[in-house]
Amino acid sequence: MRKLGRQFLGFSIPLLSGLCAFSIILIVLIVMGEVILGGWSTLTWEFLSTGPKAGMTEGGIYPAIIGTVLLVLMMSIAGVPIGTVTAIYLSEYASQRSILARLIRFAVNTLAGVPAIVFGLFGLGFFIQFVGTRMDGLLSGGADLRWGQPNILWASLTMALLTLPVVIVSVEEAIKAVPRELREASLALGATKWETIRKVVLPNSMTGILTGGILAVSRGAGEVAPILFTGAAYFLPHLPGSLSDQFMELGYHIYIMSTQSPDVEATRGIQYATTLVLLLLTFALNFSAIFLRYKIRTRKVR
Amino acid sequence: MNRNGHKIVTRKLSLSYGPKLALHEISFDIKTNHVTALIGPSGCGKSTFLRSLNRMNDLIDGVVTSGEVLVDDVDIYRNDVDVVALRKKVGMIFQRSNPFPKSIYDNVAYGPRINGIHEKGKLDHTVERSLKQAALWDEVKDDLRKSGLALSGGQQQRLCIARALAVDPEVLLMDEPASALDPIATAKIEELIFELKEKYTIVIVTHNMQQAARVSDYTAFFYMGNLVEFDETKTMFTSPKEKQTEDYVTGRFG
Repeated sequence: MRKLGRQFLGFSIPLLSGLCAFSIILIVLIVMGEVILGGWSTLTWEFLSTGPKAGMTEGGIYPAIIGTVLLVLMMSIAGVPIGTVTAIYLSEYASQRSILARLIRFAVNTLAGVPAIVFGLFGLGFFIQFVGTRMDGLLSGGADLRWGQPNILWASLTMALLTLPVVIVSVEEAIKAVPRELREASLALGATKWETIRKVVLPNSMTGILTGGILAVSRGAGEVAPILFTGAAYFLPHLPGSLSDQFMELGYHIYIMSTQSPDVEATRGIQYATTLVLLLLTFALNFSAIFLRYKIRTRKVR
Repeated sequence: MNRNGHKIVTRKLSLSYGPKLALHEISFDIKTNHVTALIGPSGCGKSTFLRSLNRMNDLIDGVVTSGEVLVDDVDIYRNDVDVVALRKKVGMIFQRSNPFPKSIYDNVAYGPRINGIHEKGKLDHTVERSLKQAALWDEVKDDLRKSGLALSGGQQQRLCIARALAVDPEVLLMDEPASALDPIATAKIEELIFELKEKYTIVIVTHNMQQAARVSDYTAFFYMGNLVEFDETKTMFTSPKEKQTEDYVTGRFG
Protein backbone atom coordinates (compact mmCIF):
# COMPACT_ATOMS: atom_id res chain seq x y z
CA MET A 1 0.00 0.00 0.00
CA ARG A 2 2.76 2.34 1.02
CA LYS A 3 4.76 1.42 -2.01
CA LEU A 4 1.82 2.13 -4.23
CA GLY A 5 1.36 5.53 -2.64
CA ARG A 6 4.96 6.41 -3.26
CA GLN A 7 4.73 5.26 -6.81
CA PHE A 8 1.67 7.39 -7.27
CA LEU A 9 3.47 10.42 -5.85
CA GLY A 10 6.53 9.76 -7.98
CA PHE A 11 4.29 9.79 -11.00
CA SER A 12 1.86 12.53 -10.14
CA ILE A 13 4.16 15.24 -8.74
CA PRO A 14 6.11 15.73 -11.98
CA LEU A 15 2.87 15.63 -13.88
CA LEU A 16 1.19 18.23 -11.67
CA SER A 17 4.15 20.56 -11.56
CA GLY A 18 4.53 20.16 -15.31
CA LEU A 19 0.89 21.08 -15.82
CA CYS A 20 1.27 24.16 -13.65
CA ALA A 21 4.32 25.23 -15.59
CA PHE A 22 2.55 24.61 -18.85
CA SER A 23 -0.47 26.65 -17.79
CA ILE A 24 1.82 29.69 -17.62
CA ILE A 25 2.66 29.27 -21.28
CA LEU A 26 -1.03 28.87 -21.93
CA ILE A 27 -1.88 32.10 -20.14
CA VAL A 28 0.75 34.01 -22.11
CA LEU A 29 -0.62 32.53 -25.34
CA ILE A 30 -4.19 33.46 -24.43
CA VAL A 31 -3.25 37.03 -23.52
CA MET A 32 -1.15 37.50 -26.62
CA GLY A 33 -3.73 35.80 -28.84
CA GLU A 34 -6.57 37.93 -27.51
CA VAL A 35 -4.61 41.15 -27.94
CA ILE A 36 -3.34 40.24 -31.40
CA LEU A 37 -6.74 39.07 -32.68
CA GLY A 38 -8.50 42.12 -31.27
CA GLY A 39 -5.97 44.69 -32.38
CA TRP A 40 -4.47 43.36 -35.58
CA SER A 41 -7.00 44.84 -37.97
CA THR A 42 -6.72 48.30 -36.42
CA LEU A 43 -2.94 48.25 -36.38
CA THR A 44 -2.03 50.11 -39.54
CA TRP A 45 0.73 52.50 -40.43
CA GLU A 46 -1.75 55.31 -40.18
CA PHE A 47 -2.68 54.18 -36.66
CA LEU A 48 0.96 54.40 -35.65
CA SER A 49 1.73 57.69 -37.36
CA THR A 50 -1.23 59.94 -36.61
CA GLY A 51 -2.88 61.34 -33.53
CA PRO A 52 -6.38 60.66 -32.22
CA LYS A 53 -9.28 62.21 -34.11
CA ALA A 54 -13.02 62.77 -33.72
CA GLY A 55 -13.12 63.03 -29.96
CA MET A 56 -10.68 60.14 -29.63
CA THR A 57 -12.97 57.62 -31.25
CA GLU A 58 -10.86 57.45 -34.41
CA GLY A 59 -7.31 58.03 -35.50
CA GLY A 60 -4.00 56.78 -34.14
CA ILE A 61 -1.75 56.84 -31.15
CA TYR A 62 1.41 58.47 -32.50
CA PRO A 63 1.71 61.03 -29.66
CA ALA A 64 1.28 58.30 -27.05
CA ILE A 65 4.06 56.19 -28.57
CA ILE A 66 6.48 59.10 -28.66
CA GLY A 67 5.41 60.16 -25.17
CA THR A 68 6.09 56.69 -23.79
CA VAL A 69 9.50 56.48 -25.44
CA LEU A 70 10.45 59.93 -24.16
CA LEU A 71 9.23 59.10 -20.67
CA VAL A 72 11.20 55.89 -20.53
CA LEU A 73 14.34 57.52 -21.92
CA MET A 74 14.26 60.46 -19.53
CA MET A 75 13.52 58.12 -16.66
CA SER A 76 16.59 56.03 -17.55
CA ILE A 77 18.80 59.09 -17.94
CA ALA A 78 17.76 60.21 -14.47
CA GLY A 79 17.58 56.86 -12.70
CA VAL A 80 20.34 54.63 -14.06
CA PRO A 81 23.30 56.90 -13.18
CA ILE A 82 21.99 57.57 -9.68
CA GLY A 83 21.25 53.89 -9.15
CA THR A 84 24.67 52.90 -10.46
CA VAL A 85 26.51 55.36 -8.25
CA THR A 86 24.51 54.21 -5.24
CA ALA A 87 25.33 50.60 -6.04
CA ILE A 88 29.03 51.48 -6.35
CA TYR A 89 28.93 53.15 -2.96
CA LEU A 90 27.15 50.22 -1.36
CA SER A 91 29.34 47.49 -2.77
CA GLU A 92 32.74 49.20 -2.97
CA TYR A 93 33.02 51.93 -0.39
CA ALA A 94 30.56 51.35 2.43
CA SER A 95 31.68 48.93 5.08
CA GLN A 96 29.08 46.18 5.00
CA ARG A 97 28.40 46.51 8.70
CA SER A 98 28.24 50.30 8.82
CA ILE A 99 25.02 51.89 9.97
CA LEU A 100 24.87 54.11 6.90
CA ALA A 101 25.07 51.16 4.51
CA ARG A 102 22.38 49.32 6.42
CA LEU A 103 20.22 52.42 6.42
CA ILE A 104 20.57 52.79 2.65
CA ARG A 105 19.73 49.14 2.10
CA PHE A 106 16.69 49.48 4.31
CA ALA A 107 15.61 52.55 2.35
CA VAL A 108 16.06 50.76 -0.97
CA ASN A 109 14.01 47.80 0.19
CA THR A 110 11.30 50.06 1.52
CA LEU A 111 11.24 52.03 -1.70
CA ALA A 112 10.83 48.78 -3.64
CA GLY A 113 7.76 47.91 -1.62
CA VAL A 114 5.94 51.23 -1.96
CA PRO A 115 2.84 50.99 -4.20
CA ALA A 116 3.08 52.83 -7.50
CA ILE A 117 0.16 55.12 -6.75
CA VAL A 118 1.99 56.41 -3.67
CA PHE A 119 4.87 57.40 -5.93
CA GLY A 120 2.36 59.25 -8.07
CA LEU A 121 1.06 61.15 -5.07
CA PHE A 122 4.58 61.84 -3.88
CA GLY A 123 5.46 63.21 -7.32
CA LEU A 124 2.44 65.48 -7.20
CA GLY A 125 3.18 66.69 -3.71
CA PHE A 126 6.94 67.00 -3.94
CA PHE A 127 7.91 67.71 -7.54
CA ILE A 128 4.88 69.70 -8.66
CA GLN A 129 3.56 71.46 -5.59
CA PHE A 130 6.81 71.87 -3.68
CA VAL A 131 9.65 72.11 -6.22
CA GLY A 132 7.64 73.25 -9.23
CA THR A 133 5.70 75.97 -7.48
CA ARG A 134 8.87 77.35 -5.95
CA MET A 135 10.59 77.32 -9.34
CA ASP A 136 7.71 79.30 -10.78
CA GLY A 137 7.96 81.72 -7.88
CA LEU A 138 11.65 82.23 -8.53
CA LEU A 139 11.43 82.44 -12.31
CA SER A 140 8.35 84.59 -12.78
CA GLY A 141 7.21 85.60 -9.34
CA GLY A 142 4.44 83.05 -9.59
CA ALA A 143 2.78 84.84 -12.51
CA ASP A 144 3.50 82.01 -14.95
CA LEU A 145 2.28 78.51 -14.22
CA ARG A 146 4.99 76.51 -15.91
CA TRP A 147 6.70 74.10 -13.56
CA GLY A 148 4.03 73.97 -10.88
CA GLN A 149 1.86 71.72 -13.00
CA PRO A 150 2.11 68.17 -14.34
CA ASN A 151 4.73 67.73 -17.06
CA ILE A 152 7.03 65.16 -18.60
CA LEU A 153 10.00 66.12 -16.42
CA TRP A 154 8.20 65.51 -13.15
CA ALA A 155 6.63 62.34 -14.51
CA SER A 156 10.05 61.00 -15.57
CA LEU A 157 11.60 61.82 -12.22
CA THR A 158 8.73 60.17 -10.37
CA MET A 159 9.12 57.12 -12.56
CA ALA A 160 12.89 57.16 -11.97
CA LEU A 161 12.25 57.01 -8.21
CA LEU A 162 9.95 54.05 -8.70
CA THR A 163 12.53 52.14 -10.72
CA LEU A 164 15.56 53.14 -8.65
CA PRO A 165 15.51 50.05 -6.39
CA VAL A 166 15.48 47.77 -9.43
CA VAL A 167 18.55 49.51 -10.83
CA ILE A 168 20.42 49.55 -7.54
CA VAL A 169 19.84 45.88 -6.81
CA SER A 170 20.81 44.59 -10.25
CA VAL A 171 23.86 46.82 -10.57
CA GLU A 172 25.05 45.84 -7.12
CA GLU A 173 24.68 42.17 -8.00
CA ALA A 174 26.70 42.75 -11.16
CA ILE A 175 29.44 44.62 -9.32
CA LYS A 176 29.66 41.87 -6.73
CA ALA A 177 30.00 39.31 -9.51
CA VAL A 178 33.23 40.87 -10.76
CA PRO A 179 35.90 38.40 -9.61
CA ARG A 180 38.03 39.50 -6.69
CA GLU A 181 41.06 38.36 -8.67
CA LEU A 182 40.53 41.12 -11.21
CA ARG A 183 40.31 43.83 -8.57
CA GLU A 184 43.41 42.47 -6.85
CA ALA A 185 45.29 42.36 -10.15
CA SER A 186 44.50 46.00 -10.72
CA LEU A 187 45.32 47.10 -7.18
CA ALA A 188 48.55 45.10 -7.20
CA LEU A 189 49.63 47.07 -10.27
CA GLY A 190 49.42 50.26 -8.26
CA ALA A 191 45.98 51.35 -9.37
CA THR A 192 43.95 53.35 -6.89
CA LYS A 193 40.57 52.15 -5.78
CA TRP A 194 38.76 54.56 -8.08
CA GLU A 195 40.94 53.60 -11.06
CA THR A 196 40.13 49.98 -10.34
CA ILE A 197 36.41 50.70 -10.20
CA ARG A 198 36.46 52.77 -13.36
CA LYS A 199 38.70 50.56 -15.48
CA VAL A 200 38.00 47.06 -14.17
CA VAL A 201 34.85 46.87 -12.09
CA LEU A 202 32.49 49.03 -14.15
CA PRO A 203 33.45 47.69 -17.60
CA ASN A 204 32.98 44.17 -16.27
CA SER A 205 29.59 44.95 -14.79
CA MET A 206 28.29 46.71 -17.90
CA THR A 207 26.02 43.75 -18.51
CA GLY A 208 24.46 44.17 -15.10
CA ILE A 209 24.04 47.90 -15.49
CA LEU A 210 22.25 47.27 -18.77
CA THR A 211 20.13 44.62 -17.12
CA GLY A 212 19.21 47.15 -14.48
CA GLY A 213 18.28 49.56 -17.23
CA ILE A 214 16.16 46.96 -19.00
CA LEU A 215 14.30 45.94 -15.89
CA ALA A 216 13.69 49.57 -15.01
CA VAL A 217 12.42 50.30 -18.51
CA SER A 218 10.06 47.37 -18.64
CA ARG A 219 8.78 48.20 -15.18
CA GLY A 220 8.44 51.88 -16.04
CA ALA A 221 6.77 51.38 -19.39
CA GLY A 222 4.11 49.26 -17.75
CA GLU A 223 3.21 51.59 -14.88
CA VAL A 224 0.45 54.14 -15.16
CA ALA A 225 -0.14 55.17 -11.57
CA PRO A 226 3.02 57.27 -11.09
CA ILE A 227 2.25 59.48 -14.08
CA LEU A 228 -1.45 59.80 -13.41
CA PHE A 229 -1.03 63.05 -11.47
CA THR A 230 2.43 64.05 -12.59
CA GLY A 231 2.33 64.52 -16.34
CA ALA A 232 0.15 62.26 -18.48
CA ALA A 233 -2.40 64.04 -20.64
CA TYR A 234 -5.87 62.87 -21.59
CA PHE A 235 -5.54 64.26 -25.06
CA LEU A 236 -2.79 66.37 -26.57
CA PRO A 237 -2.80 67.19 -30.26
CA HIS A 238 0.92 67.98 -30.37
CA LEU A 239 4.08 66.29 -29.09
CA PRO A 240 5.76 67.57 -25.94
CA GLY A 241 8.12 70.32 -27.05
CA SER A 242 9.80 71.07 -23.76
CA LEU A 243 10.35 69.55 -20.34
CA SER A 244 7.42 71.50 -18.97
CA ASP A 245 4.92 70.04 -21.45
CA GLN A 246 2.49 67.28 -20.71
CA PHE A 247 2.51 64.13 -22.81
CA MET A 248 0.36 61.21 -23.85
CA GLU A 249 1.36 57.74 -22.77
CA LEU A 250 0.31 54.30 -24.01
CA GLY A 251 -0.65 52.75 -20.69
CA TYR A 252 -2.58 55.83 -19.67
CA HIS A 253 -4.18 55.94 -23.11
CA ILE A 254 -5.45 52.39 -22.69
CA TYR A 255 -6.83 53.32 -19.30
CA ILE A 256 -8.74 56.37 -20.50
CA MET A 257 -9.92 54.72 -23.71
CA SER A 258 -11.48 51.90 -21.78
CA THR A 259 -12.96 53.95 -18.93
CA GLN A 260 -13.30 57.61 -19.95
CA SER A 261 -13.99 57.39 -23.66
CA PRO A 262 -17.26 58.90 -24.95
CA ASP A 263 -17.98 55.64 -26.72
CA VAL A 264 -16.18 52.66 -25.21
CA GLU A 265 -17.66 50.14 -27.66
CA ALA A 266 -16.60 52.10 -30.73
CA THR A 267 -13.02 52.31 -29.59
CA ARG A 268 -12.62 48.60 -28.85
CA GLY A 269 -10.26 48.17 -31.79
CA ILE A 270 -8.17 51.13 -30.75
CA GLN A 271 -7.87 49.75 -27.23
CA TYR A 272 -6.69 46.36 -28.45
CA ALA A 273 -4.26 47.87 -30.92
CA THR A 274 -2.84 50.26 -28.32
CA THR A 275 -2.30 47.36 -25.93
CA LEU A 276 -0.59 45.43 -28.70
CA VAL A 277 1.71 48.38 -29.42
CA LEU A 278 2.57 48.76 -25.75
CA LEU A 279 3.44 45.07 -25.51
CA LEU A 280 5.47 45.16 -28.72
CA LEU A 281 7.30 48.29 -27.59
CA THR A 282 8.21 46.70 -24.26
CA PHE A 283 9.35 43.55 -26.04
CA ALA A 284 11.38 45.56 -28.52
CA LEU A 285 13.09 47.51 -25.74
CA ASN A 286 13.82 44.30 -23.90
CA PHE A 287 15.16 42.53 -26.94
CA SER A 288 17.39 45.41 -27.99
CA ALA A 289 18.86 45.49 -24.49
CA ILE A 290 19.31 41.73 -24.46
CA PHE A 291 21.01 41.99 -27.84
CA LEU A 292 23.30 44.67 -26.43
CA ARG A 293 24.18 42.44 -23.50
CA TYR A 294 24.89 39.59 -25.85
CA LYS A 295 27.20 41.79 -27.93
CA ILE A 296 29.12 42.88 -24.87
CA ARG A 297 29.43 39.36 -23.56
CA THR A 298 30.76 37.93 -26.81
CA ARG A 299 33.19 40.83 -27.22
CA LYS A 300 34.61 40.02 -23.82
CA VAL A 301 35.29 36.37 -24.54
CA ARG A 302 36.27 36.48 -28.21
CA MET B 1 72.00 48.67 -1.41
CA ASN B 2 70.38 48.43 1.95
CA ARG B 3 70.93 46.42 5.06
CA ASN B 4 73.69 44.37 3.49
CA GLY B 5 71.75 43.64 0.32
CA HIS B 6 68.41 42.91 1.91
CA LYS B 7 65.48 44.28 -0.03
CA ILE B 8 62.81 43.36 2.48
CA VAL B 9 63.25 42.97 6.19
CA THR B 10 60.47 41.93 8.54
CA ARG B 11 60.66 42.45 12.28
CA LYS B 12 58.18 40.75 14.59
CA LEU B 13 55.48 40.85 11.96
CA SER B 14 52.22 39.59 13.45
CA LEU B 15 48.85 39.51 11.78
CA SER B 16 45.40 38.47 12.84
CA TYR B 17 42.06 38.08 11.14
CA GLY B 18 39.76 39.26 13.89
CA PRO B 19 40.50 37.00 16.87
CA LYS B 20 42.43 34.48 14.78
CA LEU B 21 46.19 34.88 14.82
CA ALA B 22 47.58 34.10 11.36
CA LEU B 23 51.19 35.21 11.70
CA HIS B 24 53.22 35.27 14.87
CA GLU B 25 56.26 37.55 15.14
CA ILE B 26 57.89 36.72 11.85
CA SER B 27 61.38 38.16 11.47
CA PHE B 28 63.67 37.47 8.54
CA ASP B 29 65.49 39.16 5.71
CA ILE B 30 64.87 38.78 2.00
CA LYS B 31 67.93 39.23 -0.13
CA THR B 32 68.01 41.55 -3.15
CA ASN B 33 68.11 39.84 -6.56
CA HIS B 34 67.60 36.42 -5.09
CA VAL B 35 64.67 34.06 -5.02
CA THR B 36 63.19 33.33 -1.61
CA ALA B 37 60.69 30.48 -1.38
CA LEU B 38 58.01 30.26 1.30
CA ILE B 39 56.92 26.72 2.05
CA GLY B 40 54.65 25.04 4.54
CA PRO B 41 51.37 23.14 4.77
CA SER B 42 48.06 24.79 3.81
CA GLY B 43 46.95 27.44 6.26
CA CYS B 44 50.43 27.93 7.70
CA GLY B 45 50.41 31.64 6.89
CA LYS B 46 52.81 31.73 3.96
CA SER B 47 50.34 33.36 1.56
CA THR B 48 49.24 35.78 4.26
CA PHE B 49 52.86 36.67 4.82
CA LEU B 50 53.39 37.21 1.11
CA ARG B 51 50.34 39.45 0.86
CA SER B 52 51.48 41.52 3.79
CA LEU B 53 54.61 42.50 1.85
CA ASN B 54 52.61 44.75 -0.49
CA ARG B 55 49.73 45.37 1.89
CA MET B 56 47.20 43.38 -0.10
CA ASN B 57 45.80 42.23 3.24
CA ASP B 58 44.51 45.77 3.71
CA LEU B 59 41.68 44.81 1.38
CA ILE B 60 40.33 42.26 3.82
CA ASP B 61 38.04 43.53 6.56
CA GLY B 62 39.22 43.03 10.10
CA VAL B 63 42.92 42.37 9.49
CA VAL B 64 45.23 43.76 12.15
CA THR B 65 48.96 43.92 11.51
CA SER B 66 51.74 44.73 13.97
CA GLY B 67 55.51 44.75 13.76
CA GLU B 68 57.56 46.10 10.91
CA VAL B 69 58.01 45.35 7.24
CA LEU B 70 60.89 47.35 5.82
CA VAL B 71 61.16 47.66 2.07
CA ASP B 72 64.36 49.54 1.23
CA ASP B 73 64.58 50.48 4.90
CA VAL B 74 61.14 52.12 4.99
CA ASP B 75 58.43 50.61 7.15
CA ILE B 76 55.53 50.10 4.76
CA TYR B 77 53.00 49.98 7.60
CA ARG B 78 53.70 53.55 8.65
CA ASN B 79 50.69 55.81 8.24
CA ASP B 80 52.28 58.14 5.74
CA VAL B 81 53.27 55.38 3.31
CA ASP B 82 51.72 55.65 -0.14
CA VAL B 83 50.24 52.19 -0.67
CA VAL B 84 49.73 52.80 -4.37
CA ALA B 85 53.41 53.62 -4.88
CA LEU B 86 54.36 50.62 -2.74
CA ARG B 87 52.38 48.26 -4.94
CA LYS B 88 54.05 49.64 -8.05
CA LYS B 89 57.38 48.80 -6.51
CA VAL B 90 56.30 45.43 -5.11
CA GLY B 91 54.38 43.62 -7.85
CA MET B 92 52.35 40.49 -7.43
CA ILE B 93 51.52 37.36 -9.43
CA PHE B 94 48.51 35.39 -8.24
CA GLN B 95 47.80 31.70 -7.95
CA ARG B 96 45.02 31.76 -10.51
CA SER B 97 46.11 33.68 -13.57
CA ASN B 98 43.88 36.70 -13.75
CA PRO B 99 44.25 38.58 -17.01
CA PHE B 100 41.70 41.33 -17.55
CA PRO B 101 39.06 40.56 -20.17
CA LYS B 102 40.94 42.85 -22.53
CA SER B 103 43.41 42.35 -25.36
CA ILE B 104 46.95 41.14 -24.66
CA TYR B 105 48.22 44.63 -25.44
CA ASP B 106 45.75 46.36 -23.13
CA ASN B 107 46.51 43.92 -20.34
CA VAL B 108 50.21 44.77 -20.38
CA ALA B 109 49.57 48.48 -21.00
CA TYR B 110 47.15 48.71 -18.06
CA GLY B 111 49.80 49.59 -15.50
CA PRO B 112 51.70 52.14 -17.62
CA ARG B 113 48.41 53.77 -18.58
CA ILE B 114 47.25 54.31 -15.03
CA ASN B 115 50.67 55.82 -14.45
CA GLY B 116 49.84 58.41 -17.07
CA ILE B 117 51.72 57.03 -20.07
CA HIS B 118 49.51 57.33 -23.13
CA GLU B 119 52.04 58.00 -25.85
CA LYS B 120 51.74 55.17 -28.33
CA GLY B 121 55.44 54.75 -29.06
CA LYS B 122 56.30 54.51 -25.38
CA LEU B 123 53.47 52.09 -24.68
CA ASP B 124 54.41 49.89 -27.63
CA HIS B 125 57.95 49.78 -26.37
CA THR B 126 56.95 48.89 -22.81
CA VAL B 127 54.52 46.20 -23.97
CA GLU B 128 57.15 44.61 -26.19
CA ARG B 129 59.86 44.74 -23.54
CA SER B 130 57.57 43.28 -20.85
CA LEU B 131 56.31 40.48 -23.05
CA LYS B 132 59.87 39.63 -24.02
CA GLN B 133 60.95 39.59 -20.39
CA ALA B 134 58.06 37.26 -19.64
CA ALA B 135 59.10 35.01 -22.53
CA LEU B 136 55.75 35.42 -24.21
CA TRP B 137 56.56 37.82 -27.03
CA ASP B 138 57.36 35.25 -29.70
CA GLU B 139 54.10 33.43 -29.10
CA VAL B 140 51.82 36.46 -29.25
CA LYS B 141 53.59 39.19 -31.22
CA ASP B 142 51.47 38.63 -34.33
CA ASP B 143 48.17 39.14 -32.56
CA LEU B 144 48.45 41.51 -29.65
CA ARG B 145 44.80 42.45 -30.14
CA LYS B 146 43.66 38.97 -29.19
CA SER B 147 41.89 38.68 -25.86
CA GLY B 148 44.14 37.72 -22.98
CA LEU B 149 41.55 35.13 -22.02
CA ALA B 150 42.05 33.30 -25.32
CA LEU B 151 45.56 32.25 -24.27
CA SER B 152 46.40 28.92 -22.66
CA GLY B 153 46.76 28.72 -18.87
CA GLY B 154 50.55 28.91 -18.95
CA GLN B 155 50.49 31.78 -21.42
CA GLN B 156 47.95 33.62 -19.28
CA GLN B 157 50.22 33.35 -16.28
CA ARG B 158 53.15 34.69 -18.28
CA LEU B 159 50.89 37.48 -19.50
CA CYS B 160 50.21 38.34 -15.87
CA ILE B 161 53.94 38.37 -15.23
CA ALA B 162 54.44 40.68 -18.23
CA ARG B 163 51.66 42.91 -16.92
CA ALA B 164 53.38 43.12 -13.54
CA LEU B 165 56.77 43.83 -15.14
CA ALA B 166 55.36 46.67 -17.22
CA VAL B 167 55.20 48.98 -14.20
CA ASP B 168 58.92 48.44 -13.46
CA PRO B 169 58.62 46.83 -10.03
CA GLU B 170 61.66 45.98 -7.96
CA VAL B 171 60.14 43.05 -6.14
CA LEU B 172 57.89 40.30 -7.50
CA LEU B 173 55.67 38.40 -5.11
CA MET B 174 54.43 35.12 -6.56
CA ASP B 175 51.63 33.23 -4.88
CA GLU B 176 51.87 29.64 -6.15
CA PRO B 177 52.20 30.89 -9.71
CA ALA B 178 52.42 27.44 -11.26
CA SER B 179 50.05 25.42 -9.12
CA ALA B 180 47.31 25.39 -11.77
CA LEU B 181 49.63 24.65 -14.68
CA ASP B 182 50.77 21.51 -16.44
CA PRO B 183 54.44 20.40 -16.09
CA ILE B 184 55.60 22.00 -19.34
CA ALA B 185 54.03 25.35 -18.54
CA THR B 186 55.43 25.05 -15.02
CA ALA B 187 58.91 24.46 -16.37
CA LYS B 188 58.62 27.60 -18.46
CA ILE B 189 57.59 29.67 -15.46
CA GLU B 190 60.47 28.29 -13.42
CA GLU B 191 62.92 29.06 -16.18
CA LEU B 192 61.50 32.54 -16.28
CA ILE B 193 61.90 33.01 -12.54
CA PHE B 194 65.52 32.05 -12.91
CA GLU B 195 66.04 34.75 -15.53
CA LEU B 196 64.04 37.38 -13.71
CA LYS B 197 66.09 37.27 -10.53
CA GLU B 198 68.90 39.04 -12.39
CA LYS B 199 66.84 42.20 -12.17
CA TYR B 200 64.22 41.58 -9.53
CA THR B 201 63.92 40.36 -5.99
CA ILE B 202 61.52 37.44 -6.00
CA VAL B 203 59.48 35.92 -3.19
CA ILE B 204 57.53 32.81 -4.16
CA VAL B 205 55.00 30.76 -2.25
CA THR B 206 54.93 27.15 -3.37
CA HIS B 207 53.42 23.87 -2.33
CA ASN B 208 55.85 21.97 -4.43
CA MET B 209 59.06 21.02 -2.63
CA GLN B 210 60.91 20.21 -5.82
CA GLN B 211 59.95 23.59 -7.20
CA ALA B 212 61.26 25.36 -4.11
CA ALA B 213 64.48 23.38 -4.37
CA ARG B 214 64.85 24.12 -8.08
CA VAL B 215 64.13 27.84 -8.23
CA SER B 216 65.00 29.37 -4.88
CA ASP B 217 68.20 30.52 -3.22
CA TYR B 218 66.65 30.84 0.23
CA THR B 219 63.74 29.02 1.80
CA ALA B 220 61.51 29.88 4.72
CA PHE B 221 59.42 27.16 6.33
CA PHE B 222 56.18 28.29 7.95
CA TYR B 223 54.05 26.24 10.29
CA MET B 224 50.89 27.38 12.09
CA GLY B 225 51.70 31.04 11.66
CA ASN B 226 55.26 30.68 12.88
CA LEU B 227 58.50 30.85 10.96
CA VAL B 228 60.09 27.54 11.86
CA GLU B 229 63.29 27.84 9.90
CA PHE B 230 64.92 30.09 7.38
CA ASP B 231 68.14 29.30 5.57
CA GLU B 232 69.79 28.81 2.23
CA THR B 233 67.70 26.44 0.18
CA LYS B 234 70.55 23.96 -0.12
CA THR B 235 70.90 23.74 3.63
CA MET B 236 67.16 23.57 4.20
CA PHE B 237 66.78 20.57 1.94
CA THR B 238 69.91 18.70 2.91
CA SER B 239 70.57 19.41 6.55
CA PRO B 240 67.76 21.36 8.19
CA LYS B 241 68.27 22.28 11.82
CA GLU B 242 64.71 21.65 12.90
CA LYS B 243 63.14 18.22 13.02
CA GLN B 244 59.85 19.71 11.80
CA THR B 245 61.48 21.12 8.69
CA GLU B 246 63.08 17.83 7.90
CA ASP B 247 59.79 15.99 8.26
CA TYR B 248 58.08 18.45 5.97
CA VAL B 249 60.66 18.64 3.19
CA THR B 250 61.01 14.92 3.09
CA GLY B 251 57.25 14.56 2.80
CA ARG B 252 56.59 12.97 6.12
CA PHE B 253 53.77 15.37 6.89
CA GLY B 254 51.88 18.25 5.32
